[in-house]
Amino acid sequence: MDYVNAFIVGGIICVIGQILLDKTQLMPARILVLFVTLGVILTALGIYEPIVNFAGAGATVPLPGFGYALAKGVINEVNTEGFMGVLTGGLKATAAGISAVIVFGYIIALIFNPKAKA
Amino acid sequence: MDKAKQIKQNYKEMVEKASPSSNMGVNCAWAFFVGGTICVIGQIITEVLKTYGYAKDDAAMMTTVILIFIGALLTGLNIYDNIGKYAGAGSIVPITGFSNSVVAPAMEYKKEGYILGMGARMFTVAGPVIVYGVISSVVVGIIYYFFK
Amino acid sequence: MNKHLGKQTIRFDNPPVILASSSIVGPREGEGPLATYFDTIIEDELYGESTWEKAESKLIEKALEKVIEKANKTIDDVKYIISGDLLNQLTASTFGIRNFKVPFIGVYGACSTMAESLSVAAIIVEGGFADYVIASTSSHFCCAEKQFRSPLELGGQRPLTSTWTVTGSGAIFLAESGEGPKITYITTGKIVDFNIKDAMNMGAVMAPAAADTIINHFIDTERDENYYDLIVTGDLGKVGKELLLDILKQYNYDITSKYMDCGIEIFEADKQDTHSGGSGCGCGAVTLAGYILSEMGKGKWKKVLFVATGAMLSQVSLQQGESIPGIAHAVAIEN
Repeated sequence: MDYVNAFIVGGIICVIGQILLDKTQLMPARILVLFVTLGVILTALGIYEPIVNFAGAGATVPLPGFGYALAKGVINEVNTEGFMGVLTGGLKATAAGISAVIVFGYIIALIFNPKAKA
Repeated sequence: MDKAKQIKQNYKEMVEKASPSSNMGVNCAWAFFVGGTICVIGQIITEVLKTYGYAKDDAAMMTTVILIFIGALLTGLNIYDNIGKYAGAGSIVPITGFSNSVVAPAMEYKKEGYILGMGARMFTVAGPVIVYGVISSVVVGIIYYFFK
Repeated sequence: MNKHLGKQTIRFDNPPVILASSSIVGPREGEGPLATYFDTIIEDELYGESTWEKAESKLIEKALEKVIEKANKTIDDVKYIISGDLLNQLTASTFGIRNFKVPFIGVYGACSTMAESLSVAAIIVEGGFADYVIASTSSHFCCAEKQFRSPLELGGQRPLTSTWTVTGSGAIFLAESGEGPKITYITTGKIVDFNIKDAMNMGAVMAPAAADTIINHFIDTERDENYYDLIVTGDLGKVGKELLLDILKQYNYDITSKYMDCGIEIFEADKQDTHSGGSGCGCGAVTLAGYILSEMGKGKWKKVLFVATGAMLSQVSLQQGESIPGIAHAVAIEN
């Protein structure tokens, strides 16, 4: 059942993105920014957490999940560390992802070259 | 000359009429299928990690890292852009798309040098995502601190 | 005698002659319907170079070498090279002709460059300032994507209104006299801006400019659509074609039966996934230099109006919220 939930919720989030792409002339970068920000806000309002509990990776793998990690990190860190948590919580919670994308991105870009589209 | 003005005024409508719109039904089906599949792969990785004793949050984090690696590798192998051609948002919105948006410019601008090319351009697409993600999380943190 | 007619047109009393033309294209164009007309088809988009930009420079270099060879001249005969491309600071042209040691006039007209360079070359030749002048231009899919859109490996969808930048270079050798089709008139375009901001719909940006230039050409020369065997635009694509024909009809010109667009001809859109059609400086250039001029030689068409269309797209102005201005230059080529 976990897998079905992940598939459906993840699929729906992507479809929302697709509708935005097709219906508005928003460039992908803007949609990504919108999704992350939306993830942060929905988490702060307590709406995203239940979706994560329901769909697991279906909610954490799409980009709003990145916003979810940021917001949850800040809130947890404020609870434990006080005001400094405002500045440290978000990046701490997402540090693995950001470091991974830099390191893997760098290595892959070192090895491979772009090709003309087939 | 009135005609020129008249055409210019109606031009937006003329363009809309002449421009074929993308087949949204097909696009959404692809986005749903590919996006959903990527999430299921994520779920499978998470479950496997859990059986190896990872706690729920750690497993989610590790899953993100592994998916980022897969996205980066598929980009390097010139596969991810071909998936994106069909999947659209289905491959842009998942974290693998975030990874693709970092690797693609890094590869493209390697020729302009490792520092000003690859290093500086790596985050041309993904940079704004981190900028606005962090800013909004800080705003949430401030509000939460004062009003919790 | 006044050679300037009306608002935008020049008549050549001693029409410059097209002695030769050359075309070189990339692999995708080499799989398209016009493949047999091109002099050279390169096997991969890098063309043995280390960067896309170097590859595009090499395209220009090879097109120039070829056109000189086909005209039976040497590089020392050439008095000027007029060239331009899409890259910032015209890098493809500059580096492509670096080794030729020939006076160079760089022109920028986005995808309208072939008609623009040809116009300047024709003025120089007819004015008696030089006997042999080459006009050329180029574009390269990978360079254009990198500079104007997004990195090649970035996953995403191209809307159906978008066009596919042609990888290729065309060159035309003009002479004071000799055998070949002649350039009889040029109509230089104005900047026409119909307030389109969609960089993925260049046809819509350029169609009003093409219409404006064609109408002014007809008015200035007192000709109409019946005079020409072929009226051909550079890279309007399917969307731009429909808009152009529509606008012209509103001015009571119906060019439908004489009309062709290089961007539609060069690819088989459905099979080659090029959506609205081909685009880029190279699109009009190789179609003119390869297909149209060789068919004119065989007598398929005698009087051709070549209207190259350009969208003056700048990433900076676009991001600052400006619309995209269009331009179109017309060159009348007659046997």
